[in-house]
Amino acid sequence: MQFYASPEQMMRDRSEYARKNIARGRNTIVLTYEGGVLFVAENLSKSLHKIGEIYDRIGFAAVGRYNEFENLRRAGVRMADMNGYSYDRRDVTALLLAQAYAQVVGAIFTEQTKPFEVEICVAQVNAAPEQDELYRITYDGSVTDEPGVLAMGGQSDSISGGLRERHRLDLSLTDALRLAVDALQSIGGEGGQPRTLSADQLEVAVLDRNRTGRTFRRITGTALTSLLQAPAAASAEASGENATSGDSAPSEPASGS
Amino acid sequence: MTLGTSSFTEFLSVAAPELLPGRRPLPPGFAAGEVAPHGTTIVAITSGEGVVMAGDRRATMGNLIANREIDKVHRADEYSLVGVAGTAGVGLELVKLFQVELEHYEKIEGTMLSLDGKANRLATMIRNNLGAALQGLAAIPLFAGYDLAAPSPEKAGRIFSFDVAGGIYEETGYDALGSGSLFAKSALKKRYRPGMSTDEVVRLAVEALYDAADDDTATGGPDVTRKIYPVVMVATAEGSRRLTDEEAARVAEAVVAARMENPGG
Repeated sequence: MQFYASPEQMMRDRSEYARKNIARGRNTIVLTYEGGVLFVAENLSKSLHKIGEIYDRIGFAAVGRYNEFENLRRAGVRMADMNGYSYDRRDVTALLLAQAYAQVVGAIFTEQTKPFEVEICVAQVNAAPEQDELYRITYDGSVTDEPGVLAMGGQSDSISGGLRERHRLDLSLTDALRLAVDALQSIGGEGGQPRTLSADQLEVAVLDRNRTGRTFRRITGTALTSLLQAPAAASAEASGENATSGDSAPSEPASGS
Repeated sequence: MTLGTSSFTEFLSVAAPELLPGRRPLPPGFAAGEVAPHGTTIVAITSGEGVVMAGDRRATMGNLIANREIDKVHRADEYSLVGVAGTAGVGLELVKLFQVELEHYEKIEGTMLSLDGKANRLATMIRNNLGAALQGLAAIPLFAGYDLAAPSPEKAGRIFSFDVAGGIYEETGYDALGSGSLFAKSALKKRYRPGMSTDEVVRLAVEALYDAADDDTATGGPDVTRKIYPVVMVATAEGSRRLTDEEAARVAEAVVAARMENPGG
């Protein structure tokens, strides 16, 4: 292969390649709510997860090519456990991991023949919603700090605006889940129409602010279906119906893991 | 990037071998036995609801008490417990490494190891420490847990003992570990019945530790003046839990009161 390609051209091609493939995928949303950090991904598989636990107060979510982000997730768990073991559990932070991911993914982008077609989020739950951290790492190793709410995947741009507008730090779990699922339902339908997503098509997990030790837990099965069905106070108000208060919805769902 | 292993200890042996207890070169012939804290009693007893493990609080260095409130029984993970006897520093490191090993596997693979798998991993870790053990830095664990795959709740509580070479032995009913283990086991031989409630078994464990402390100077009895009581942990369908100081105090004080009437128990 004796062709010359300018570095800009090569980088542009790589970016194009990665972006195109990520854009084809389904979306994942990460947001802060009153009780912690919520991860919602559109995922048809029950066993191949897009959302994972990294450490006590740190979670991971990704979009893109499964084997690539799965490798990154495992590497993150290894790094977190090693740091927690050699120093102390409190010394493992999402910032540390986000920076390590940025380094690794960035190196792969420039040095490998093919960039990783992934976009990942590392999130940490802290004492209060204002202090929660959400980091986005893109295919080329850029890392950004996006507190509050973060959307990744195909049409994340079109749903980000609406999400940011409706997001509040003190949302209940039911309302936060409703917000995320509504955003996911507003895209990807036939002919641009909104669609309905059932519990079977979603992967949901939280980092529970009020737990000590490992805060990550998945919400599956009956717990998920009942949360999805519960009337959300915010949306009921908006539609002018008789709003049932948030108390009627289970505020602490039984965990499925 | 390779797939790598789900085992934390295997990962460390590649990425940072100096963090593993068995890998540090020791000068030949050095016997650290006398200079490191030793001696203990740990008991594990199955109940109709799971298993209870309790340990005394004393660490000794020769004839001196090195520590009055050392924790020898720890939560290994959601459904299992581990107690360790031997050189205190080595034992604590073993426990810490084991806890991370189990958590690591669960996070990487997305599922918990089977109880037998956990016992096996622990045995491997001890086997790897054999070199240091022969030079006096030995630590032996006692492992017990609630087996989620058991055929019935009465059979879910299981106990495993080990030897310094990494052999695993599953025990029935109860077992004890440490310098006071013989006295504890003699006491348990007479009192143990299968299928007791957790509360009865907790009382039994504290009685056994009291009997061990009565005959072994390296095992500490309940210290009512300082309110230092045995560490008692349970593993049941609800998970692993350490009895609060108040709960442990209540049981220990009841045992002491009963012994006032009848010292032999």
